[in-house]
Amino acid sequence: MAEKLLEVNQVKKYFTIQSGFLQRTIGFNKAVDNVSFYINRGETFGIVGESGCGKSTTGKMITRLYEPTEGQILFEGNDISHLSQKELRKFRREIQMVFQDPYASLNPRKRIGILLEEPYKIHNIYSEKERRGKVEELLEIVGLNADHYDRYPHEFSGGQRQRIGIARALTLRPKLIVADEPVSALDVSIQSQILNLMKKLQKDFHLTYIFISHDLSVVKHISDRIGVMYLGKMVEIAEKKDLYQDPLHPYTQSLLSAVPVPNPKVKKERIILQGDVPSAVNPPKGCVFHTRCPKVMAQCKQEVPTLQEYKPKHYVACHLYS
Amino acid sequence: MQTKSLLTIRDLRTYFYTDKKEVKAVDGVDFQIKRGETVALVGESGSGKSVTAMSILRLIPKPPGEIISGEINFDGEDILKLKEDEMNEIRGNKISMIFQEPMTSLNPVYTIGDQIMEPLRYHWKLDKGSARKRTVELLQMVGFARAESMLNEYPHRLSGGMRQRVMIAMAMACNPNLLIADEPSTALDVTIQAQILELMRDIRDKFNTSILLITHDLGVVAEMADRVIVMYAGKIVEEGIVEDIFENPLHPYTKGLLASIPSLEAETDILYSIKGTIPNAADLPKGCRFAPRCEYVMERCLHEEPKMREETIGHYSRCFLHKEEGVNIWQKNY
Repeated sequence: MAEKLLEVNQVKKYFTIQSGFLQRTIGFNKAVDNVSFYINRGETFGIVGESGCGKSTTGKMITRLYEPTEGQILFEGNDISHLSQKELRKFRREIQMVFQDPYASLNPRKRIGILLEEPYKIHNIYSEKERRGKVEELLEIVGLNADHYDRYPHEFSGGQRQRIGIARALTLRPKLIVADEPVSALDVSIQSQILNLMKKLQKDFHLTYIFISHDLSVVKHISDRIGVMYLGKMVEIAEKKDLYQDPLHPYTQSLLSAVPVPNPKVKKERIILQGDVPSAVNPPKGCVFHTRCPKVMAQCKQEVPTLQEYKPKHYVACHLYS
Repeated sequence: MQTKSLLTIRDLRTYFYTDKKEVKAVDGVDFQIKRGETVALVGESGSGKSVTAMSILRLIPKPPGEIISGEINFDGEDILKLKEDEMNEIRGNKISMIFQEPMTSLNPVYTIGDQIMEPLRYHWKLDKGSARKRTVELLQMVGFARAESMLNEYPHRLSGGMRQRVMIAMAMACNPNLLIADEPSTALDVTIQAQILELMRDIRDKFNTSILLITHDLGVVAEMADRVIVMYAGKIVEEGIVEDIFENPLHPYTKGLLASIPSLEAETDILYSIKGTIPNAADLPKGCRFAPRCEYVMERCLHEEPKMREETIGHYSRCFLHKEEGVNIWQKNY
């Protein structure tokens, strides 16, 4: 039995919408609404979904850049969901994040070496002399050169910057890395370099990944298990093979059918969804997907489906399966 | 295959001048698009695909950019020789364009109706009533059920997918012969992307519009294109019909690109990756521009530049690694 590294229990994140002179709260943006899942040590858990589905917000709650409105996040059995900044410091070493746009997340005025040494300084590890050596070692681990230490972020290409982003996440040897669209801004040839690097590092450093992406082929390549999100809800969770061979939720089915295949001979049966994703401020009653679902039933408009284990290790939140 | 060509580009060179450096963004590009054909222009960022498109519309800002040589023959006339007001007659009328980010290309202070009517009033000299009628038809064509009420909406009220539909309606307003689509679905979510691609296919089939599709998504290419042109560092490195490119890629760059995409079907542990990055267009390597990243690099590639060569009928590649019995040296028959 695999050991659970992280458990997310019925987590919600509501952003308040304020208006007027007194900034009264007039509504909530239910970015993440009652999401639960767990991650085993050493695996890669992919989260897929379209823009606005709450996948990044979920990632930011796990790294505690956001505090959940409700619910629990357990890391190695400790509830980190409502810790203060001071109490969190210990956990920050264990959970790190890689961002989509590595340029926006690197301070343009600081040399790469200084940027990478920062976590050591904050956590007071290694003497000043040792730090440079450690950073140079790290640069080589992610496929850069030790002499990149003195360069500035603008001197690097997109792919190299993402390597720096990864190096920075690795400095404190974390157990869990949350990667939010780490390859979306990169060209295909560079994307494959970064994906290979992440896989290699996972083996070498026994890392657990949460890999957030909208690209279903990339998520499939890197993940062991995958969760599909739609409008703040987790609609399906399954092992990679099950999800791609036998998607249960109508949303997952249409999502998979919509991906263009790089093979001109394949003509896909496509389920084209009508309309757009509704707003999270005023989500539909009942199942949030019912407004676009090709298999909608009367029940879907009233009752919210819960995530249930339909087949071993294959969870789905849909009335078709209850 | 002697269908008449709509657009023929010969030896197009668009350079940019910055900090006394010469950036050869597009450096000797030749290709043609036939009537009703969809040609995909593929390549990584910085390969010159968007600059090629902007050159066709003569929208290269000068300075810093300049089309320094070449010929762009559109429907029988060289548009590089046209005066600016003659060019205005072509833009949005015979050639129109869809951009990647529809929000930045729609004017936020005008209604959707006003913006779609503008090319109709300008090019077709329609009066308000008929322009309005045509606009409603166009909005229906791109899938708006309540087209009438869309006329008075502002762009910020629409979602990304809806904005892209409006852009398509606007681009199709004057029944263009050529539609240039620069990453039309890249900024959209997959389910919305599927809607937009479906719409573009419908339009192409209905109006026999030629499409120049610029994208880096090989999945979109496989689905939409008849012919594919692969660009690398300002030059075309491979060209052929879509089946040839995907089943029998000739240039090592195309091979590498295809091998580096993770597939939904196959299971692979390590992805193929092309080492290094695209060279800076201001500082191009000598010889073959792909040589520093190429697996099959030979001594010759480092100082001599390969020419385009027809390897099998209609399938061209710019590489010394060609079949010895290959057809004649690079010579296209227009």
